[in-house]
Amino acid sequence: MTTTATPETETMMTAISADYEVVIGLEVHSQLLTASKMFCRCPANYAHAAPNSHCCPICMGFPGVLPVINHQAVEYTIMTALALNCEIPEFSKFDRKNYFYPDLPKGYQISQYDIPLSRNGYLTFTLNGQEKRVGITRVHLEEDTGRLIHLSEGGDPRTLVDLNRAGVPLMEIVSEPDMRSPEEARLYMEKLRSILVYLGVSSGKMEEAALRCDANISVRQRGETKFGVKTEIKNMNSFRAVERALTYEARRQIEELQAGRRIVQATRGWVEERGITVLQRVKEDADDYRYFPEPDLPPLVVSRAWVAEIRERMPELPDAKRTRFVAQYGLSAYDADQLTADRAWADFFEQTLKIGQPYADDAAMQARAKAVANWELGDLRARLNTDAIDITANKITPESLAELITLIERGTISGKQAKEVLEKAYASGERPDAIVAREGISQLSDAGELEGIVEEVIAANPKAVEDYRAGKAASLQFLMGQVMKRSKGRARPDIVTPLLEKRLQQA
Amino acid sequence: MSIDRETVDHVALLARLALTEKERERLREQMSSLLEHINLIAEADTSQVPATAHVLPLSNVMAEDKVVPSMPTADLLANAPAREETYFRVQAVLDEE
Repeated sequence: MTTTATPETETMMTAISADYEVVIGLEVHSQLLTASKMFCRCPANYAHAAPNSHCCPICMGFPGVLPVINHQAVEYTIMTALALNCEIPEFSKFDRKNYFYPDLPKGYQISQYDIPLSRNGYLTFTLNGQEKRVGITRVHLEEDTGRLIHLSEGGDPRTLVDLNRAGVPLMEIVSEPDMRSPEEARLYMEKLRSILVYLGVSSGKMEEAALRCDANISVRQRGETKFGVKTEIKNMNSFRAVERALTYEARRQIEELQAGRRIVQATRGWVEERGITVLQRVKEDADDYRYFPEPDLPPLVVSRAWVAEIRERMPELPDAKRTRFVAQYGLSAYDADQLTADRAWADFFEQTLKIGQPYADDAAMQARAKAVANWELGDLRARLNTDAIDITANKITPESLAELITLIERGTISGKQAKEVLEKAYASGERPDAIVAREGISQLSDAGELEGIVEEVIAANPKAVEDYRAGKAASLQFLMGQVMKRSKGRARPDIVTPLLEKRLQQA
Repeated sequence: MSIDRETVDHVALLARLALTEKERERLREQMSSLLEHINLIAEADTSQVPATAHVLPLSNVMAEDKVVPSMPTADLLANAPAREETYFRVQAVLDEE
């Protein structure tokens, strides 16, 4: 779900923006949700797998093997590129990027250099009610590296290598340096993640490094048109880390300049626990990767028919869904925004609404839509946030929520009682109908009984009665509260209110 | 065009090759003559020739996204110079991540 800036970062923002402008571009890597790896058919999902159990001679880079491109990975990348409004050239190829590191068994990474699958797109998000557009330089396809474990215990420094991750399809999305604050960088990441998850191409899990973000950041005096010297920031593992790390780095750079020093072009790592970036390596020249066309892989010819076919299969994206939720369900822009930021939340909403069908008319449907949105974004979300549980993994199903709302609509239970029923259903997974029947939860709607309670309340609260008659409308709410209290929350407000008003008008 | 010793050393470093003094000089000469030959090829007029990405007239060779069993870990590790549990073990490297 959408997060908001912490007071901490807001304070920092004010400090940043006085004389200097911050310039940020992001390089985002996402593993793709394919079944098999990029160039061999080993399983791509390595979660809980024993080290080096998902490898074969191809992803290990043994001599004489032949990699073959994963068709699904190419389609996922093209689909992402379309969602990001990119051009898809008719011709594309893979290249070798050569460097030595123990996580790279072949001694090179198969990537795309000068002719990526797509380029020149853009992504938009909303900032302070205004639409902000960030250019997408390119979206290309490559392979992930292995995982290294650095140990030093027993006076025996060593590195262990697990190659299960080596060769997993990795999509790289490079933005233009169009962002002007750490907040914009975070909003960009949130929107991008939302799109990737909607498309079903990525798990979007930054905490598992299935989605990673590196940033290029520089600062310049306001009014200056040339870019300043940039640093590259790595190791930001959450949306919050992106905003915090870039806020820190922008301030650091400004302090350097103000002290009369110059910025050194370098790669810096974000250290979450300490809240700082530290120097990793100085880049004097462009890395000497000696790219050349991958001789093992014939190029890709992307026909317009293929692109059209992929476009046909694209699901509805967040922006389109948000617009539709407002138009079709009569939701506020805010509610629609909150519900559509995460595909699972939007699906939960629509499933819940669908269970209530058929509706008498549009007004009835929209009233139900509002109720579903209120419960989902209110009580349910509060519960899920507190317990850090995924909406798809929680015990309240769309069926349960629809049932709960029906109980309220029929007057069987009050809104307040419904909150208790929701708590119970959330804890046990039991259906609201069953909870209400078993526990005998019901509302008091008998007019005679309610009149009795109203009399008691009026007799016991002469001051409030006097105030109301003297024109203090708020006193009615107080008296209502007293009626609810005496009825132990069971009185039906829609019956009590007119009774109370009528009784108060009598002397 | 001739290659200097620094370039030889730089390329050797990228390729992780430890060269003897004799090898450095021999490679400097060979790399120089290779470049000379490439400069000769570069003189050919290729303005009408599309860039070649691959030597075979093939494109779109792709496989369906279906998992097949991986290699048994024991076989995979059989030739590893060093291992620990089922990990490959290598000299300690500084973590750049």
